Amino acid sequence: MSQYGQVQVKDNRYKFRGDFHRLEQHMPIRNADEGWKLVGVTKPRDMTYVHTYGGEAIFFESLSQGKLLATKCENPACEANGSIFQPFRIYCPDCLSKGTVIDMTDLAKKSATVHTFMVCERSGAFNMLDKPIRFINIEFENVCTILFSYLLVGEPHMGMRVVPVFKYHNPTYTILDLSWVPAGTKAESLPEGFGF
Amino acid sequence: MGSRIIIERYTKGQVRLAVLTTRHKRGQMIKFSQQQLKTPKFMRPVYLVTAGQSKYGRAIPEKRTEELCIDALTMAAELLNLTPAELKKYIHTCYYGHFADHFGDQLLGEAVIHDRLGLDPLGNVGIKSGGATGGSTLWEAAKAVASGYSDCVLAMGWERMDEVPTDEGNFLIACAADRDWESPMGQIYTGYYAVMAQKYWQVFGKAEASFRRTLAEISVKHHGYARFNPFAHGAMKITVDDVLMSPMVADPLRALDACLMSVGAACAILCDEDTAMELTENTKNKPLRIWVTAGSHTLRPADRRTMEIPLLPNETADQYKKLGKEFPGADRYPGFTGFLAARIAAYYAYRMTGVTDPTADFDVIELHDAFTISDVQTYEDIGIRPYGHGRDYVESGDCYHTNPHTGRPGKLPSNLSGGLIGCMHAVGASGIMQVFEIASHLWGRWAEVHGDEKRWKEFGREKPADWTDLQVTGAKRALSVSHAGVGSHVTATVLMDPDHLLKKDA
Ligand SMILES: [Zn+2]
Repeated sequence: MSQYGQVQVKDNRYKFRGDFHRLEQHMPIRNADEGWKLVGVTKPRDMTYVHTYGGEAIFFESLSQGKLLATKCENPACEANGSIFQPFRIYCPDCLSKGTVIDMTDLAKKSATVHTFMVCERSGAFNMLDKPIRFINIEFENVCTILFSYLLVGEPHMGMRVVPVFKYHNPTYTILDLSWVPAGTKAESLPEGFGF
Repeated sequence: MGSRIIIERYTKGQVRLAVLTTRHKRGQMIKFSQQQLKTPKFMRPVYLVTAGQSKYGRAIPEKRTEELCIDALTMAAELLNLTPAELKKYIHTCYYGHFADHFGDQLLGEAVIHDRLGLDPLGNVGIKSGGATGGSTLWEAAKAVASGYSDCVLAMGWERMDEVPTDEGNFLIACAADRDWESPMGQIYTGYYAVMAQKYWQVFGKAEASFRRTLAEISVKHHGYARFNPFAHGAMKITVDDVLMSPMVADPLRALDACLMSVGAACAILCDEDTAMELTENTKNKPLRIWVTAGSHTLRPADRRTMEIPLLPNETADQYKKLGKEFPGADRYPGFTGFLAARIAAYYAYRMTGVTDPTADFDVIELHDAFTISDVQTYEDIGIRPYGHGRDYVESGDCYHTNPHTGRPGKLPSNLSGGLIGCMHAVGASGIMQVFEIASHLWGRWAEVHGDEKRWKEFGREKPADWTDLQVTGAKRALSVSHAGVGSHVTATVLMDPDHLLKKDA
């Protein structure tokens, strides 16, 4: 039985263990309408990417700890001084100085509203979310951007007050660990693994 | 008279911006500098002398990509009564638009095409900017001639999206969104775009059934025009109700509101004046002046901050003062309802070429109708109608070849090719296909190119008994807009008959 590829950083280098790809046979593609003549071949491939979050790692780590982090430009010389960015931006897009990391969990609980939404019946390969997916974009007070995420419970509408929920158990360490539910939702109606 | 005053202001480098009524507690509004908003300038005139395209299809298993590119280049040569070998002798540099390497599992696919076209030892480069790849390719090609580096260049674009199953195709397209912040959510790019459509639908469309029918009308129009285009693979004779009954993709958008996914290639040859005159001598192609501009906006719509509306020459600051009142929820520009990149591409293009009113100054246009609703959004971004009033361009009948309400020629016919909804969206080729189409009107060759029985037969398509000549009579100026997904990149290409320029020093 093959083993999932696993990676650690040790001595500032990636250390690989397990299987990172599987070998599969190419198969001919033939034309059923023209005497089964050869058209081409299939090229199966199964690979595992190794990806760093770099300066955003703290954001993704914090989700499963129930914290929504953002950044704020505190450069007094910057036109965007005081702007809070969510999505978390390592650097201010205007002055390119490093943003101050702030915890905006309470701000989100108090002020998150749905700016727009979309209920999507389809998905692409490798999708991990249940369908239909309820995409929402969320506005916050004093935040200059509009976060893209998904609604876990209920049906979205514009102006809807929502609160963040986090995947505390079996986190994926991806943006999927953050989701939203209508304000007033009870803890017992959250899917397994999620909490306020 | 009013518009002349506006031009003078532009030439002095002044920038007018509308003031939105609501100042937000959302951080500072972003501003652009005079340097950033400088009117672009070519060092010398650039001419489009010919263009060509392959057949388009959802899948073309019988041909490799280079066969499609050779078809396109051969057609471009034939329109000049040349063999491909004769035309190739003039080409000095090559610009290749190909968006998705991973679809064809061939990195540096541009080098494969360049090799198969036999264009050594010329310098060449691949260009990718999502859905705007075709337009960006023309942008690079035009600048190469404008700078004097080359006297004749090839812009060739293609895409092949038929080599993976649809769900993997959706995954691969979603790779163009932010891999950490967006794609894990459903791996479905349509969804990332659709939230913007929903906002427009509710704020500017007011979720009205009448607006929904207007959107459907666009689909009927584009699938319908595609019936007269032998290159197109989305030809359909349908009704508004057919569109409204088609499967739901993402409410309110349905399957027939969406563009095609295609395979195919298109190319254009751009030259300086001397080469253009030489190549077109004794041909039906009059050299056409060409300008291309480009704009951008954040890859993640989530990052879009509020700003004042950059105004086009036919707009005034006053007209948007009450936008938020007229359309509740529209007080945040561009928010999720406008495409800044499209607005900026037009902002540059109109100033560069002297356009003061796109509806009056252009005779035919091709827009990037990824969805019916984004077609409407673009009408506003490029100033055919003011923000909030895009639907009127369709409802008035102005967008048709023949206005269905009056029976007279439409004021500004759009997407007579069928567009991305009816003709094709082979991503890297789309922006070049659009230019091929508008040029065929300016050359007065639309009927010849689209009506040729031999071509219909060669493509295995039946020419409809009611085939109609869609030539826009006397067309002298045209515009095409090439657009990437959620609006990260947009280009505007302007073509003009050199005897009908709007600005002497353009
Ligand atoms: Zn800053």
